[in-house]
Amino acid sequence: MKQKLVIIGAGMASGRVIEHLLETAPEAYDITVFNAEPRGNYNRIMLSPVLSGDKTYEEIVTHSDDWYKENAITCRFGEKVLRIDREAKQVEGEKGTVAYDKLIVASGSNPFIIPLPGHDLEGVIAYRDLEDTHRMMTMTKGNRVVVIGGGLLGLEAAAGMAARGAEVTVVHIMGHLMERQLDEAAGYLLKKSLEAKGITVRLSANSKQILGADGRVRALQLDDGSELPCDLLVMAVGIRPNTALAKDAGLAVGRGVHVDDQMVTSDGDVLAVGECVEHDGAIFGLVAPLYDQARVAAQTLLGQAAAFVQKTLSTKLKVTGCDLFSAGDFAEGEGREDIVFRDPSRGVYKRLVIECDRLVGCVMYGDTADGTWFFGLIKDATSIEEMRDTLIFGQAYQGGAQSDPLSAVAALPPEAEICGCNGICKGTIVQAIEGGAVDLGAVKAQTKASASCGTCTGLVEQLLQVTLGEAFERPTVQPVCGCTELGHEDVRRLIKSQGLKSQPAVWQELGWSTPNGCHVCRPAVNFYLLADWPLEYQDDPQSRFVNERKHANIQKDGTFSVVPRMWGGITNANELRAIADAADKFGVPTVKVTGGQRIDLLGVKGEDLPAIWADLNRAGLVSGHAYSKGLRTVKTCVGTDHCRFGTQDSTGLGIKLEQMLWGSWTPHKVKLAVSGCPRNCAEATCKDVGIICVDSGYQVSVGGAAGMDVKETERLADVATEQEAIDVTVAFVQLYREGAKYLDRPYKWLAKVGLDWVRERIMDPVERRRLIDAFELSQTIYRKDPWAELAEKSRSFAPLADLTLEAAE
Amino acid sequence: MSWIDIGAIEDIPERGARVVKTPVGCIALFRTAADEVFAVSDTCPHKAGPLSEGIIHGQKVTCPLHNWVFDLNTGQAVGEDGQIATYPVKLDGGRILLDGTALGNRSAA
Repeated sequence: MKQKLVIIGAGMASGRVIEHLLETAPEAYDITVFNAEPRGNYNRIMLSPVLSGDKTYEEIVTHSDDWYKENAITCRFGEKVLRIDREAKQVEGEKGTVAYDKLIVASGSNPFIIPLPGHDLEGVIAYRDLEDTHRMMTMTKGNRVVVIGGGLLGLEAAAGMAARGAEVTVVHIMGHLMERQLDEAAGYLLKKSLEAKGITVRLSANSKQILGADGRVRALQLDDGSELPCDLLVMAVGIRPNTALAKDAGLAVGRGVHVDDQMVTSDGDVLAVGECVEHDGAIFGLVAPLYDQARVAAQTLLGQAAAFVQKTLSTKLKVTGCDLFSAGDFAEGEGREDIVFRDPSRGVYKRLVIECDRLVGCVMYGDTADGTWFFGLIKDATSIEEMRDTLIFGQAYQGGAQSDPLSAVAALPPEAEICGCNGICKGTIVQAIEGGAVDLGAVKAQTKASASCGTCTGLVEQLLQVTLGEAFERPTVQPVCGCTELGHEDVRRLIKSQGLKSQPAVWQELGWSTPNGCHVCRPAVNFYLLADWPLEYQDDPQSRFVNERKHANIQKDGTFSVVPRMWGGITNANELRAIADAADKFGVPTVKVTGGQRIDLLGVKGEDLPAIWADLNRAGLVSGHAYSKGLRTVKTCVGTDHCRFGTQDSTGLGIKLEQMLWGSWTPHKVKLAVSGCPRNCAEATCKDVGIICVDSGYQVSVGGAAGMDVKETERLADVATEQEAIDVTVAFVQLYREGAKYLDRPYKWLAKVGLDWVRERIMDPVERRRLIDAFELSQTIYRKDPWAELAEKSRSFAPLADLTLEAAE
Repeated sequence: MSWIDIGAIEDIPERGARVVKTPVGCIALFRTAADEVFAVSDTCPHKAGPLSEGIIHGQKVTCPLHNWVFDLNTGQAVGEDGQIATYPVKLDGGRILLDGTALGNRSAA
């Protein structure tokens, strides 16, 4: 004999229970379903696409009237349940009583309405059901809407109405959107995308009251007094489990209806599923756990053993053009580490949270392709130890089966993007390889793949290997030094992506094989850290080559040379007198004019350095950094001041550039020159940056060399004003600082990244501004005279003790 | 042995060095990251570079002139045919003590 099953509520959870029952044991129960809404079950989470017009209501109905009929389910739709009588085991509806053997409470949830003054005005609604959706669909061009709540539902409502032409403002009490699913960075990008859709977002905004006119909503007033006029006000601030019936019936109720792992309430014949339940302290609003509950409830009803387990959840926002994904737990905490990847130009942000070699959380914005894969790693608690370095780049970058690192690359479709900088996909590269580009250089030259930032070099090499097989010999990465297997590019990338801000962090996190590096890697890592984190990282003199630690050039006999700065090569009688006096006082054996238009005092004893600096400082002379991987000189000609051919004030520009750039650390030394006319007396065309003044403005060229290699500069840009010439130069130096390998002069770096790529970055006004700002930020720390600082610490330059004196006594 | 107090360990920067002038020539005192102290000849046997100006890593120093690397325990050059003199040194309550006898210091003897 069939048992009688009564279900209160036709929603997504109870609908799934019925499906399971019909599949496994269609003859087990006579089913009656009550629903307060005058319709059966539809896919509630698809209301947003209905609102935005992407779908119709008919498309989101999951169980039609016919379906209920075919399965002989008694529908009491549009009828409210008044009471559950557990003693008599019957449910009392508005139109009559039904007896049950088993009862399922699936009463769902009620939207939470903030009891603001005016919340009962006409035109104040929640976002919960089809009626609300229809109401919002009437909002079009000329209408103004305020949505309170910047969570999942509120934003979908806002985007839907904005898509219909309404003027929408989202008011959110917290400091960033979707704070439960997103961190600040992703929340920021989301806000930007929504604003691009014309939605106004007010963060940290407290609603004070809803203002009305003639019983209708007129505006929302915030507690700062401002008023946001609106024709409709949507409250989407959360849900409360609907427990009224269960509570009246005397079932155990907390925030929701209490259920055990079998979804049974405090009454053995009454089960509960969906948003109305509370399980192990948690309540539920997303669909995935609801489906799990439905499966368990159905199995319990059929006498099968089953248990509901709460799982990690993932979230996606259903707003076109806002690609976000979040899963797991991404709060910061002890023992947790972050891997962060940002591509500001594409608006991409990815953050992975790792605890004990397991992925525990993930937030992504802009590029969520790997969301499902990351989510799988979180759910399965997969050890990520082996793929940690490349984890953030997603599944395509992983070796797949460890035995064959090439299989993942081989499996990529032809349209898979390999080189993000230049937008080159796999098919293009394979075509080039098959067409005869059989090494990395040739692929770079023909396709531009890996010709910019170089992050994808490994992938391109794998493609070469996959395509050519044995014929390709994969070059090994040149490690920085014996302390690590990583190359310079990898170290720079990982310092940025993992946010490593100290040398011990680099040694630890990147698996250095020595306790504290060596004379090769330490100066490089010290530079990378201070270039990437100017405010957080403190320069370590003990990781510098003696010249940069002593701020003087060591000579072969252990003495030093001292070169004061002469801005743009200009000096005066006072300075020359001070230099002459210093040469006398400290017995300087050699005084020489340098190629960079200044004066070198050679043969100064190490212990005399602080004293000679102090003397030079008194005449206003500062360090010329003649010893540093940093700005050396800006050579100039006399330009319009004296020369009859000069077209611009080349001396003045040179001085300005030198005053802007001095003190900054760079991957290698940087030399500039400014010539006042194309006769080029300052020899600008063999410098790292050379500027030639012409009648129409300034020709800025870069990447020259006049050392072991001799190379003419290449034109970066022609600009009209002096300020632009300075801006372009500063931006170029900063881009070089950010990207180049330590001890690569600009011309070597340019050969790797390409002048076109550099030009594109520097001519983009937003990127140029960012580069200049980043440089200026760093200069707030480093634009100062190291001599003046060190002159005060003269003691450290002297011997610690002199035992020869004692011996002589 | 006759121990001479040279100074406090804090007088030498971490992963740094200071020089002591002695009758047998300049001696470099190194302080490692682990606060160990070593005393060796300050003069590289290759081209007489001042080792106290080199980069200190682990228990090694790299000569600033041509990157010869010396093990501070033994004075042996790594991968080169070269050796520097090492001198007895010890730490006592944060004070650095050098052995005067080894330095040919008559007044201390």
